[in-house]
Amino acid sequence: MTLRSPLARVLGQGSAKEGVHHWWMQRLTSVALVPLTVWFVVSLLSLPSLDHATVSAWIGQLWTAVFLILLVLTGAWHSQLGARVVVEDYVHESGARTLVLTLITFFHVVVAVAGVLAILKVALGGAP
Amino acid sequence: MTERPLSPHLSVYRMSRYTLLTSILNRATGLVLSLGLILLVYWLVATASGGAAYRGARAVLSLGVLKALYVILLATFSYHLFAGIRHLVWDTGHGLERAQSQRSAALVVIAAFLLFVGLAWWALHAGGAR
Repeated sequence: MTLRSPLARVLGQGSAKEGVHHWWMQRLTSVALVPLTVWFVVSLLSLPSLDHATVSAWIGQLWTAVFLILLVLTGAWHSQLGARVVVEDYVHESGARTLVLTLITFFHVVVAVAGVLAILKVALGGAP
Repeated sequence: MTERPLSPHLSVYRMSRYTLLTSILNRATGLVLSLGLILLVYWLVATASGGAAYRGARAVLSLGVLKALYVILLATFSYHLFAGIRHLVWDTGHGLERAQSQRSAALVVIAAFLLFVGLAWWALHAGGAR
């Protein structure tokens, strides 16, 4: 018995091998976010002050900037994947679903780009 | 299109034994943490915009309603962290039996509560020094 549809048989096309991509990226980002988020919370609570000079000096350290960029990128990616699943599960009307998914994706890209650029600006000494 | 049953089938699950609650809580806390990501980037952009802009943003970030959100964020982070680790363990094929998953559900709640209390205590003391 075959589970393939007649159309798929006629077209002779197999799986694009991308079925697990979302699942795998969700796992990969979650594994990365365990140390990154713990590092961030501990670092934030350890800062002696939250004034501009202290925070800028902290972000100006090389490894702080590296981990912050990784946190923002991985966090935005993970958040986008998670929000997408929630929308796919609960928004059943296809037009509204596509619109919301598009907005969510655009929004996460903006958040990621703004976050990374802000970190780079402080780290490279461009902040006034 | 034919009317097919669509996931999630919320009404077919029993609300007992934590497992449904821990699953839906993982989603809810994930969405709350997305708000935390927005706040993080707002804070980073404010830092990059200079001292005056930072002071303005800090006044916004110090609003009472946001302080309440930070407490919620610490709680949701604590929960989502352990619930996520539970998912990663499941992905290796372990702990999927009913009794095991009920036990790990309770374990996640306890661990998250302890971490939250610890972090909240630390934040309170760190906040006092600032």
